[in-house]
Amino acid sequence: MSLEDSPADAPENTGGAALNPKNSAFNYFEGSPEEKALGLFSIVGAEGSFSEEDVQRIPRELALRIYDGMLTVRVVDRRMMALQRQGRISFYGEALGQEAAVVGSAAALNAEDWLVPALREAGAGLYHGLPLAKYLAQIFGNAADVTKGRQMPCHPCDRDTNYVVMSSVVSTQIMHAVGIAMGMKLQGHSGRMCIGYMGDGGTSEPDFHTALNFAGVMQPPVVLVCQNNQWAISTPGSSQTASQTIAVKGLGYGVESLRADGNDALAVYEVTRYAAEKARRGDGPTFIELLTYRVSAHSSSDDPSRYRDESITLEWRERRDPLQRMLGFLTAQGWLDVAGAAAREVALEEKVRELIQAQEGVPMPSLESLFDDVFEAPTWLLDEQRESLLAEDRS
Amino acid sequence: MPTMNIIQAVNDALSIEMRREPKMVLLGEDIGKFGGVFRATSGLFEEFGGDRVIDTPLAEGGIIGAAIGMALYGLRPVPEIQFADFIFPAFDQIVNELAKFRYRSGGQYPCPVVIRTPYGGGIRGGHYHSQSPEALFIHTPGLKVVIPSNPYDAKGLLLSAMRQNDPLLFMEPKRIYRASRGEVPEGDYTVPLGKAKLVREGDQVTLIGYGSMVPILEEAAEKAAADGISVEVIDLRTLLPFDLETLITSIKKTGRGVVVHEAPKTAGFGAELVASICERAMQYLEAPIQRVCGFDIPFPYTLEHEYMPNSDRILSAVHTTLEW
Repeated sequence: MSLEDSPADAPENTGGAALNPKNSAFNYFEGSPEEKALGLFSIVGAEGSFSEEDVQRIPRELALRIYDGMLTVRVVDRRMMALQRQGRISFYGEALGQEAAVVGSAAALNAEDWLVPALREAGAGLYHGLPLAKYLAQIFGNAADVTKGRQMPCHPCDRDTNYVVMSSVVSTQIMHAVGIAMGMKLQGHSGRMCIGYMGDGGTSEPDFHTALNFAGVMQPPVVLVCQNNQWAISTPGSSQTASQTIAVKGLGYGVESLRADGNDALAVYEVTRYAAEKARRGDGPTFIELLTYRVSAHSSSDDPSRYRDESITLEWRERRDPLQRMLGFLTAQGWLDVAGAAAREVALEEKVRELIQAQEGVPMPSLESLFDDVFEAPTWLLDEQRESLLAEDRS
Repeated sequence: MPTMNIIQAVNDALSIEMRREPKMVLLGEDIGKFGGVFRATSGLFEEFGGDRVIDTPLAEGGIIGAAIGMALYGLRPVPEIQFADFIFPAFDQIVNELAKFRYRSGGQYPCPVVIRTPYGGGIRGGHYHSQSPEALFIHTPGLKVVIPSNPYDAKGLLLSAMRQNDPLLFMEPKRIYRASRGEVPEGDYTVPLGKAKLVREGDQVTLIGYGSMVPILEEAAEKAAADGISVEVIDLRTLLPFDLETLITSIKKTGRGVVVHEAPKTAGFGAELVASICERAMQYLEAPIQRVCGFDIPFPYTLEHEYMPNSDRILSAVHTTLEW
């Protein structure tokens, strides 16, 4: 997708071309199913402008909390990429430029809601309560890692906060989100919901279509969120689908589908809140497309200069940065100034540095732990293999 | 004691567990009002309702994916895959997700899903209603695999399966779904997982098999007896974790063995059994263990009975071990 198609070129402070630009952006939610799935909901425009009427709905504390969540992602990712380059961790997938989509959506969750992530939603987990130390321990794969060093970095898991572990198999997790929500509905646990994430590449997988179909038929309290960052490793959105938008795919499954500027944290929060509240009321599933851009490489193993025009990336990095947009909004409201933001960043940097230092000192998981958790109790086959491993001469 | 066939025994087990365990849920294609294409869930929709006996869209990956999600949330889903031949759209969900959830979450998210599926040939089903893909799943760390051969075991093993906390594939021998009849106790009882059953005692050759092959092994043993050969028959019942101890005990006694399955021979589960026995009891073997299996061809239609191991072929293998 070129810059010409991108959110900054839509009329500012509107939910998309189909709506009257003089109205509140929130009129978006009264649009027809097609208008919602083809339009683009936005509160804070790319240049930082917004309508006073709209922002009166945004509480100060929430806005600051979202900003802190986004800043956390930015700082942690930056630090982790540096560690990867230094060879201190093996791999990392950052969410640079997608912090608004990651955190704005998580901000709409309640503590008892469940979160099923894809690759770039660790920041959503951190906002939802996943402790940063737990996240870092998983990245180091050490003995403090509750998942015992069994997966590559960026696959955290935290049962305490209903954060389900990610697998690298694209889109399988969306069916799990639907299943979890079916479980909620079945047990009569109203007032809670499950959010499941995917990327734009994931919408080509069969499980995406299966999950939307099950969601439409079963009507569970699920919100499926596609972070459309326009790149699946080297494959652009135009090679992924011929559909006008990703959101519109949901309509074919009878699922209400929304589309928002994924770099506008407040817009992301509002569409997700709308969908989450609907799910908690028992009014069924919603599919959300968040339009953003993968400013970073796919992962630390990728080199995007080989396959895309990085001058477009530079535009997104400099003109459309979600963190700067949020900061612009906060300073315009008088809720935070630039010095205050810098102080928050310095404090976070320090905290992350300390946590990394602590994690780097933790030893690796034990050899025996290799055989734990395959089953509830090891089979005789596993017992035998463990004993054989432990008997190896390591002198 | 009532007499049942395997379908009725499975249905009885599901019904007992649905009454006992309020978190248990059945889901699959045509399992609700229709009661399943083989009638295994007959009457359960009427008793437990559409919330717990769920007719799903026609998508095997979705059935297993939904079951995984429900299990993560604390339910006890027992999905049905209508035929084992159609399990492959769900292969990713079973192999990469279901079987790995406990491990990759560090034990935080157990995933107790019991998948029921009819398998095997001999019903004029052609390639897509006859396959025996058990080896693919036995080779998947994190998954247990169970195959009963008679109504008593079907009920007792299924009840055990639904009461343990690991993902388990319960493969039902559809060729003998109705042909295999026997006394089945009313009410609750279990047959332990991981324990083979000594079906017939003998001291010259050990026949090892499971599922729909067990009656064929017994038939071969009868024919062998008529030839004056004493054959021992072992029904494995649980394939993973398999009961090697029972096999070794028997092989130590007989010194000869024949392993039988209808799945293709090469890299089939029989190869693992032979290797495991050789690792532990080589010195007791009087002859190489023989394998009587399906051929390495796609499952055929018109000539399916040529494909399937039969008692004559097994008897011939018995003679081979004796004459070696």
